[in-house]
Amino acid sequence: MIDRVSGKESGEVGNDTPRISIRGLCKRFNGNTVLEDVNLDIMPGQSTTVIGMSGTGKSVLIKCVLGLLRPDAGEILVDGENWLTLAEHEHLERMKRVGMLFQGAALFDSLKVWENVAFALLRRKVGRKQARERAHEVLEWVGLHDVGELMPAELSGGMAKRVGLARTICHKPDIVFFDEPTTGLDPIMSDVINRLIVRLHKGSGTTMLSITHDLKSAEMISDHIALLCHGQIHRIIPANELTSDKDPMLRQFVEGRATGPINCSPWGKKIEEVIDR
Amino acid sequence: MKFLTSIGTAVETIFNHTGLYTLTLMQLLRKLGSPPWYARQLLAQAEEVGVQSLPVVLLTALFTGMVLALQSYIVFHRFAAESLTGLVVSMSLVRELGPVLVGLMVAGRVGASFAAELGTMRVTEQIDALWTLSTDPFRYLVTPRVLAVTLMLPLLAVIADYIGIYGGYAISVYVLDQNPVVYIENTTIYMELEDFYSGLIKAAFFGMLIGVIGCTEGFNCKGGAAGVGSATTRAVVISCMSILVSDYFLTAWLFG
Repeated sequence: MIDRVSGKESGEVGNDTPRISIRGLCKRFNGNTVLEDVNLDIMPGQSTTVIGMSGTGKSVLIKCVLGLLRPDAGEILVDGENWLTLAEHEHLERMKRVGMLFQGAALFDSLKVWENVAFALLRRKVGRKQARERAHEVLEWVGLHDVGELMPAELSGGMAKRVGLARTICHKPDIVFFDEPTTGLDPIMSDVINRLIVRLHKGSGTTMLSITHDLKSAEMISDHIALLCHGQIHRIIPANELTSDKDPMLRQFVEGRATGPINCSPWGKKIEEVIDR
Repeated sequence: MKFLTSIGTAVETIFNHTGLYTLTLMQLLRKLGSPPWYARQLLAQAEEVGVQSLPVVLLTALFTGMVLALQSYIVFHRFAAESLTGLVVSMSLVRELGPVLVGLMVAGRVGASFAAELGTMRVTEQIDALWTLSTDPFRYLVTPRVLAVTLMLPLLAVIADYIGIYGGYAISVYVLDQNPVVYIENTTIYMELEDFYSGLIKAAFFGMLIGVIGCTEGFNCKGGAAGVGSATTRAVVISCMSILVSDYFLTAWLFG
């Protein structure tokens, strides 16, 4: 049995501080509660994936952790420090340790591929020659050769995602976030991305927080999987128990059933009324 | 009732946007006081705003000067005061038309481009990506753009003044057979340095308006492609209206 918050086995005593600790996080938009008392701990070197239906607030959760959205209540502790109380320049300083792969890669259109990849290094006054060499090294790592001088508009979706991944890890962050890393990609390219993430995790011991509704991806890249449902973390399980866990909500999500304990249209009619009409 | 509601909504929108522009300006002033300043970005934007706007500004100024000369000559000819054509052309351009026309042209070209570029970056999460790469998006995107347009507009206005006056000279001398010496004398004798400076102050103020409005609309853009379109339209319309309205108050203040 896994603890709902820490993701550790019951009875396991760990004196190490969680790398990321989300406490009582709440976020509302125009009166609609998206996140309500979300609690989640991620230990150093652990890869946790939050799964959940579209619109349940997975992206909102990750944006709150990164400081892109201001939560209405709660704490975001990273190595014991509450990031919500930091001044803007302090927060930016902490972001040097962080990498983030966006759903649509979010490459800068006006910069060449290598400049995108080396962006964080160039901002840190690393010489252009050195930054370019590191960018090409990371591009090689994600399996892309000779694309450094191209513009992002010249890349396919899969290539853009890999360039995004290269940009995420180029400055060697120790915490990496993934927002839907495989969404919109074909199964083969999804597998490539998943394998690269696994390679990164195993190779560097980076702490990772991902959000996805791609269960295959979640199972492959995570140590633990958390189900976000009705604004709260409903359950945390080891990734290898995803298909065998008996929790009714998790079962409904894994089996992809419209009916069950998860209310598919939280702000509308009951889903049965919609599909039986 | 519907009419009153629409008036209320319009007033609320005006206050909302004015508040946003004021916040942008305050944030800009605050962030200008400490590094990083992104000089490379500032130079790139200055090139985009200044050099790239030259053709449209030159063409507008040249033909405005030519039309002014033609119209003034026709009116002054009625009471035999054709020699004042040069004075009217130069005064109108330096004090009023130069900065206003350059402002309107740059609002259409640069204000729209700021809003569209930043709006697209917002909806494609590129602005969020900047933050995650430990770069302050406001400092990196907004500050250089507003500074560049505020600094470049007076330079464009000076060039527009000269080209417009030359356009007027060319029409007066080569088409309307006026004496070139009289034209130049009348242009220079009555014009004071204050006329020139006031045009520059106006141009810098219009530049700041264009930068703040365009960047605010783009930076706070919401709602995908449609949102970017609306932000771009708003940036151009509000910039142009603000230039014309503020021109009156600036004129009243500078020459009042």
